Amino acid sequence: MPAVAETLETVQAASDGGYKWGFETDIAMEFAPKGLNEDIVRFISAKKNEPEWLLEWRLKAYRLWLTMEEPDWAAVNYPKIDYQDAYYYAAPTTKAAPKSLDEVDPELLRTYEKLGIPVREQERLQGIAVDMVFDSVSVATTFKERLHKEGIIFCSISEAVQEHPELVKQYLGSVVPPGDNYFACLNSAVFTDGSFVYIPKGVRCPMELSTYFRINAKSTGQFERTLIVADAGSHVSYLEGCTAPMRDENQMHAAVVELVLMDDATIKYSTVQNWYPGDAEGKGGIYNFVTKRAACRGARSKVSWTQVETGSAITWKYPSCMLLGDDSVGEFYSVAITNNHQQADTGTKMWHVGKNTKSTIVSKGISAGRGQNTYRGLVKISPKATGARNFTQCDSLLIGDQCGAHTVPYIENRCVSAKVEHEATTSRIAEDQLFYCRSRGLSQEEAVGLIVNGFCREVLKELPMEFAVEAQKLLAISLEGSVG
Amino acid sequence: MLRIEGLTAEIDGKQILKGINLEVPTGEVHAIMGPNGSGKSTLSYVLSGREGYEITGGSATFNGVDILAMEPEERAAAGLFLAFQYPVELPGVGNANFLRTALNSIRKAKGEPEVDAMAFLKMARAKLKTLQMSDDMLKRNVNVGFSGGEKKRNEVLQMALLEPSLAILDETDSGLDIDALKIVSEGVNAMRGPNFSALVITHYQRLLDYITPDRVHVLMGGRIVKSGGPELALELEAEGYAKVAA
Repeated sequence: MPAVAETLETVQAASDGGYKWGFETDIAMEFAPKGLNEDIVRFISAKKNEPEWLLEWRLKAYRLWLTMEEPDWAAVNYPKIDYQDAYYYAAPTTKAAPKSLDEVDPELLRTYEKLGIPVREQERLQGIAVDMVFDSVSVATTFKERLHKEGIIFCSISEAVQEHPELVKQYLGSVVPPGDNYFACLNSAVFTDGSFVYIPKGVRCPMELSTYFRINAKSTGQFERTLIVADAGSHVSYLEGCTAPMRDENQMHAAVVELVLMDDATIKYSTVQNWYPGDAEGKGGIYNFVTKRAACRGARSKVSWTQVETGSAITWKYPSCMLLGDDSVGEFYSVAITNNHQQADTGTKMWHVGKNTKSTIVSKGISAGRGQNTYRGLVKISPKATGARNFTQCDSLLIGDQCGAHTVPYIENRCVSAKVEHEATTSRIAEDQLFYCRSRGLSQEEAVGLIVNGFCREVLKELPMEFAVEAQKLLAISLEGSVG
Repeated sequence: MLRIEGLTAEIDGKQILKGINLEVPTGEVHAIMGPNGSGKSTLSYVLSGREGYEITGGSATFNGVDILAMEPEERAAAGLFLAFQYPVELPGVGNANFLRTALNSIRKAKGEPEVDAMAFLKMARAKLKTLQMSDDMLKRNVNVGFSGGEKKRNEVLQMALLEPSLAILDETDSGLDIDALKIVSEGVNAMRGPNFSALVITHYQRLLDYITPDRVHVLMGGRIVKSGGPELALELEAEGYAKVAA
């Protein structure tokens, strides 16, 4: 099938040339000594001027981590990680914490501008408040005052530890406890920064909140921690983006995201993950081991995870929902692309505990080149979750004959009145679809982009407008390498 | 002017076209009629550049340019349009988006400025009106859930928007009821003019009641066996292919 062969070539031609975010910012940095031990944990805690309880929390996590084993059940292969061969803290050197954007190193602001992150508040057409995390530290958060008027707290987690210790102490680790899994435990010991959000009772956040993560320094792991608490009746939409320079070495990113929802609260959490995926031969790229979980504690609370995963050499990620409150709702919409030698093992867990809880899972996996894409999901329904409902749809699209798509759904239903549905499809881009598009004047690349975007539409439409446009372009770039 | 000389082509080692000679001067509409398996669809696919067909001899030029050497999208940019016998479904791809992308690809290739979404919508609505089609057509996904008639109408809509100089209609009448047939035919007739030519491929004379061809050719066994005026179609309908071609 020559047309398909050509698509394959097009797709395989996608190499580092297509990764536009691969530049490096030249800026003076401060590092912790390489390696990991209790002193490093103390170093990080001291750098952040943390209270004693948090240092103890970290040390406890570190000691627990030493007793744990790296999980190997995911369908991903990578050489053994040497945890001593990395820096666990890297931060741009600054004298004091910047009070306004004017005090932030212009080189850093230029980096974010180059990445297309609008930094200057007055330059924004629409209000999106941004927290910028550069390697291990948050460098700036915009629109803080405006949000403060509504009683909303949006700041780096380091700042939250200083300014709102009671909230952090109450909720940190309450959704993902340090011992939850190997990577979450490591994160608990060495997390460096991330975002903190608190939306008070009944407040509808007037703008999108966004965190932009950037790994810049060499041989550095990024361990960020995000905590969002939505109090009763509140509403927030949160966006997350990430990129990294192109390097031959593999870099590790192990994040933890915890969401807490009270009665009638809504959180919409959207991610466009674009960490460096490695080159066409599979050299370099980010290892992305992420634990994301939402606890719908309140009745009628609703959480919606939307993710577009185009980057990383390895993705290990299962944004989950604990549906504890009666009538709470969990949603998971995912697009994962693996091209070249990328491997993704991603999915979700929906744990129904409350009565009449509902969950929806829509997963779209696209494999090209030698990419391996696995959907792994668990729908668990407790005996008390009467009237619980789940709908799962997993679609896989294959481009070429050297890639793989795998679907591993687990269903544990202990409640007779629950209703669980699962649909799955696997398809190829058909040659007649390509020919149809090309006979209308579209190039091979445009045709693939259009068909893939069509395939992902149900997920992309869940993204906020600005992100949807970015995501569409990203899908095309991830698959084509050259089209901008 | 489309000029085909001694064109031979095969698929999977089986020869389908056995030396086609055909000229369609600019401004004319020609019909190709023939029984099943005579090579009608193969001819349309070979002319529009579908993969899988091996051209073993002869040539096809459009306004003096060798089209057989071009990619399908280059042929589209050169003014060629194929109305598919079985239009393909593109799940999740909106018709308006598809059409605008196609139009802009062709404009880009010609060095013309692209059309923005608003201007496109205006153009598309005007075309829909003349074709007596509903605006709904633009909102739906490309051919997904379309009836047979709607799919063919969508092909005509695409043709009207892309304004090709040579259209190949591959059994556009198949599966159409009489009302749809009229709408489709009117769409084609509206395109007729000194700069538009078309190759209408059909089994039946019925379509030619609505689109009167300048010439009719009979394709049998991979060759044009007979050519004539519009009256040849009536003759075929009355007597059958075997007798007329004998």
